[in-house]
Amino acid sequence: MTTIAVIDHGAGNLVSIAQSLARVGADVIVATEPSDVVRADGLVLPGVGTTRGVMHGIDAAGFRTAIAQWDRPLLGICVGLQVFFDSSQEDDARCFGFVPGTVERLADAPRLPHIGWNDVSMDDDPLFAGIEPEATFYFVHSYAPRPAQKDTVIGTSTYGETFASAIRSGRRVGTQFHPERSGENGLQLLTNFVAMAA
Amino acid sequence: MTLRTRIIPCLDVKDGRVVKGVNFVNLADEGDPVELATRYAAEGADEICYLDISASPEGRGTLLDVVRRTASNVFVPLTVGGGVRTADDMRAVLRAGADKVAVNTAAVADPALLESCAIRFGRQCVVLAIDTKQRDGWFEVVVNGGRQPTGLDAIDWARRATKLGAGEILLTSMDADGTKTGFDLAVTKAITDAVDVPVIASGGAGTVDHCIDVVLRANASAVLAASIFHRREIEISTLKAAMASAGIPVRKVA
Repeated sequence: MTTIAVIDHGAGNLVSIAQSLARVGADVIVATEPSDVVRADGLVLPGVGTTRGVMHGIDAAGFRTAIAQWDRPLLGICVGLQVFFDSSQEDDARCFGFVPGTVERLADAPRLPHIGWNDVSMDDDPLFAGIEPEATFYFVHSYAPRPAQKDTVIGTSTYGETFASAIRSGRRVGTQFHPERSGENGLQLLTNFVAMAA
Repeated sequence: MTLRTRIIPCLDVKDGRVVKGVNFVNLADEGDPVELATRYAAEGADEICYLDISASPEGRGTLLDVVRRTASNVFVPLTVGGGVRTADDMRAVLRAGADKVAVNTAAVADPALLESCAIRFGRQCVVLAIDTKQRDGWFEVVVNGGRQPTGLDAIDWARRATKLGAGEILLTSMDADGTKTGFDLAVTKAITDAVDVPVIASGGAGTVDHCIDVVLRANASAVLAASIFHRREIEISTLKAAMASAGIPVRKVA
């Protein structure tokens, strides 16, 4: 069985992500300290709120080094993806810098936050294996990644502007949307991540 | 490529059980909110809303258990409202598995609550519930389940609350609620014009056309209803098909 550790840095809803990973067959650890992740095959970094808040929570729980040095598959979700980048315009937070680029407020959006189900134009990436092209996913955010390198983008969505909604940089992948709240399509994406980690 | 208009069934939950207006046909456990939420998700609900009307502290504890079981079984977003007084209350509901938390009376009593919750959890999970009643030429905010007037103008309150930290507004017309004669388009339009956050329209849904009207004529981002779904007067799939025919983008469910 593939073991996935979900990092608990103090904010938000971990029940959904832990239970949806369990639903797709993973052995799930909710990690509250770095030693909890050692035996995991894959790591999930959830996040809601602000990049600064998430980075602060990661530091307070002592996870920064464990995440930065993680050499197996890593999935960042929502703000958990945003912290992959160099920095965020939201509160000038310094982030991990795994992926070159910044996080900026969505431009030209009719209303913010962007809340609800929207399309993802998906590249041919293993993260999207078995998902129909017309699939929609659940978003709830006002800021989005602005990657410096287009080849890190594996999915885009449009709300006002077209933005990067899924990212891959080697074994690090991330989604601006919430697979754990996106019904069957989201569960398929999590299945694919667990397969990457196996 | 566009954002879909959401359909949100709302369940009133008291002491961990669904109450009021539910047609319990074909449920193994008739009052279990988790079972009903699971069914709605399978039928295409884009989000589920629980409104807790428990009066007792024991009931609140039971609600958290219901939220936990729902988040474990239902993989669409969950909004929970009712009885949230403090940022710690909100944290408990979020940690139990809710994605968004609605505050109403407590935010009127202490508007700074919106700000502190937005800073702690992000504005995307702070929903301001506004209950309104029409007065002579204006809309008044009412609280405590509609029993208590506040003197607040609903449009002013919506503007102020979104500046403080509300990321979404759940707007219920107490005049229309329960009547099945249609949403209050005037107050809904006034609020959607006044703020730039999404607005969920609630109160008065009786027909498919009511739901279409509140989206097309009042710019609602989502439609919330209770009894039309609970009594199976309108199937979610039927509603979505009709909305799609009217040109409203909706999420298709396999």
